[in-house]
Amino acid sequence: MNSLLRIQAIVIKELIQLKRDRMTFGMVIMIPLVQLLLFAFAINTNIRHIPVGIVDQSQTALSRVLQQTITATSIVDFTRHYTSLAQAQAAIDRGDVRAVLVIPDDVSQRLVRHATVGFGTSSASDQETSRPIAQWLVDGSDTAIAASIKSLRNMPLAELLDKPVNRNVPTFEVTIIYNPEQRSVVNIVPGLVGIILTMTMIMFTSAAIVRERERGNMELLITTPLASLELMIGKIFPYIFIGAIQVIIILGLGYCFFNAPINGGLWQLTFATLLFICASLVLGLVISTLAKNQLQSMQMTVFILLPSILLSGFMFPYEGMPEIAQYIAEGLPATHFIRLVRGVVLRDVAVIDMTFDMLWLIGFTILGLILAALRFKKSLD
Amino acid sequence: MAELAIEANNLTRKFAEMTAVSSLNLQVEKQQIYGFLGPNGSGKTTAIRLFTGLLKPSSGHVKVLGYNLPVDAERLRRQIGYMTQKFSLYDDLTLTENMQFIARVYGLNPKEQKSRLDELISIYQLTALKKQLAGSLSGGQKQRLALACAVMHKPKLLFLDEPTSAVDPENRREFWEQLFDLCDQGVTILVSTHYMDEAERCHKLAILENGIKRADDSPAQLMANMPANVIEVSTDNLRQLKQQLVALPEVVSASQLGAHLRVLVNKSIADPMTFLKQSHIMPSHTAMHLVRASLEDVFVLSTGNHIMPRASINKVEQ
Ligand SMILES: Nc1ncnc2c1ncn2[C@@H]1O[C@H](COP(=O)(O)OP(=O)(O)OP(=O)(O)O)[C@@H](O)[C@H]1O
Ligand SMILES: [Mg+2]
Repeated sequence: MNSLLRIQAIVIKELIQLKRDRMTFGMVIMIPLVQLLLFAFAINTNIRHIPVGIVDQSQTALSRVLQQTITATSIVDFTRHYTSLAQAQAAIDRGDVRAVLVIPDDVSQRLVRHATVGFGTSSASDQETSRPIAQWLVDGSDTAIAASIKSLRNMPLAELLDKPVNRNVPTFEVTIIYNPEQRSVVNIVPGLVGIILTMTMIMFTSAAIVRERERGNMELLITTPLASLELMIGKIFPYIFIGAIQVIIILGLGYCFFNAPINGGLWQLTFATLLFICASLVLGLVISTLAKNQLQSMQMTVFILLPSILLSGFMFPYEGMPEIAQYIAEGLPATHFIRLVRGVVLRDVAVIDMTFDMLWLIGFTILGLILAALRFKKSLD
Repeated sequence: MAELAIEANNLTRKFAEMTAVSSLNLQVEKQQIYGFLGPNGSGKTTAIRLFTGLLKPSSGHVKVLGYNLPVDAERLRRQIGYMTQKFSLYDDLTLTENMQFIARVYGLNPKEQKSRLDELISIYQLTALKKQLAGSLSGGQKQRLALACAVMHKPKLLFLDEPTSAVDPENRREFWEQLFDLCDQGVTILVSTHYMDEAERCHKLAILENGIKRADDSPAQLMANMPANVIEVSTDNLRQLKQQLVALPEVVSASQLGAHLRVLVNKSIADPMTFLKQSHIMPSHTAMHLVRASLEDVFVLSTGNHIMPRASINKVEQ
């Protein structure tokens, strides 16, 4: 009974302080807003309109049609023309363009013999027929750009000649069930919930205990009958609501402006989010009991945040990471939450069916809370 | 012998190399106001933190209200109030919000809360400040609020660490009236201070220096037992005379107070006036009076803030 009263005392105090702290209050709203816009616009794995150059050695009608066909894919824009290969090479070195298309003077002959157009028969031993019609010089430093240009390698050339297309029958049929248009924003928005919650939730509570220490309030708090677990619970409770507000902002905006679907049930979403909010808040508390001052707590928050962004599956697929990175990822609450939230939001899975990730977050929260309460000594030593 | 609220035996606290409290033996009787007098860094705050269980002793024992520390610190906490040296309530909460916070933490139910808050607000004259943010209160107002919060749960033992450091003399008197009221209601108070006039109001007093207790007794006894006589000398050229006087081994200390020189002469000299006259350094037209010792003299004698022969330091310590 008294215990509840003491927790209530801390919760009310935190809420009043939060209300008076305009800056932090503003952050609650601004961080998800700005981050959502930044990530949704900036992260785009489908790259378009890369500026490239061209060296046209054949100067024929065919080479011009070839250019137009490539431009029509809207993957590249031909912005520069060079007369020699050396010039093109220098332009790439200077960074003027990311790639250059070299069209040889015998492009017409090559095209006629080309396999995809249907004249020759493709056989590895026949060097003449399997020669490509033109060459791309690509600056491979940025792998995403290089990959986009590589995707042009097997571009169909049927329109170049008025010939029926000899389409190869694909070995596999690929049916895309979720996100059929393959828009990256669909995957990013739910993932972003995990990243923003990691950022704000850990940040808020990682300063919670150190701040009391720095401002001298701790000496008062520890002379009262307040127990450490009561303090810890009271400290994280108000932020659960803050986290919920942020989730609503991200998913709501994502839904309205970026058409990011919410396929799963709202209760499932609430449950998954609550699990993660609690886990993150508790992680912040643990940091707070470790840090000596607010700067340290900030540094530790960043220390957690970076791997959460990079390894949680938010930016790069978990499956593609080296084993060691996967181990680290398994230790981050964000990884488990991003699995859960993508499952719920994109594939309408029940949280209960993703048992491992659910139990992991629950276990993390309980252990973290105990650890924080144990680490927090009611003394000044 | 009266019941003891605090009993410390050989209590020592070290911070790395530095010994902040050194072999402190202390007995504080219940229902008394006990003073800690000492210069900056003498270990007053550290001693109070040891008594409240905030710090663990490096060695020695302390028993507060019958509880052995640090083992029973948690049970002690419900019975003590502690007003920290630095304001430790929340600057960004209003006066009332701060008091409500403390009331809840001490488990007062809503009805008790209301009546206790009203009572304290009127006792400590905080009515006009109820809605003000604590951070914007004046130094004296903050200290009244801190005291009100420290006594919220009617503790039996109250620790006040320099409670009046920011309070003007008028309000300081008022503050002490309130302390005596509390004492009357049965509360034991341990208060640290730099002010002589405050120290003189305490029932008993300990003088600390460098973590060592130099003396402890009631202010009257301390003054009576002082191992020196006090002579007030008035003449010209006091600065030079002071230099010459302190060079004498029998002169414990000499300090200027306006147009006088306050000279402490070791009690081993039976007739200090004659002694000073015969020292041949006094100008001819010098006026001298034997005066009553003050607490400041005791303090000066007990602490190292003066030029004092080794022998007399030992005398004070024993
Ligand atoms: N946490 C600490 N770590 C290291 N040294 C400390 C610590 N706390 C106190 N000290 C040292 O212990 C000594 C006694 O400090 P304390 O604060 O008890 O003095 P004080 O009598 O309260 O002084 P003041 O009148 O200035 O408040 C000082 O020299 C101080 O530097
Ligand atoms: Mg102090």
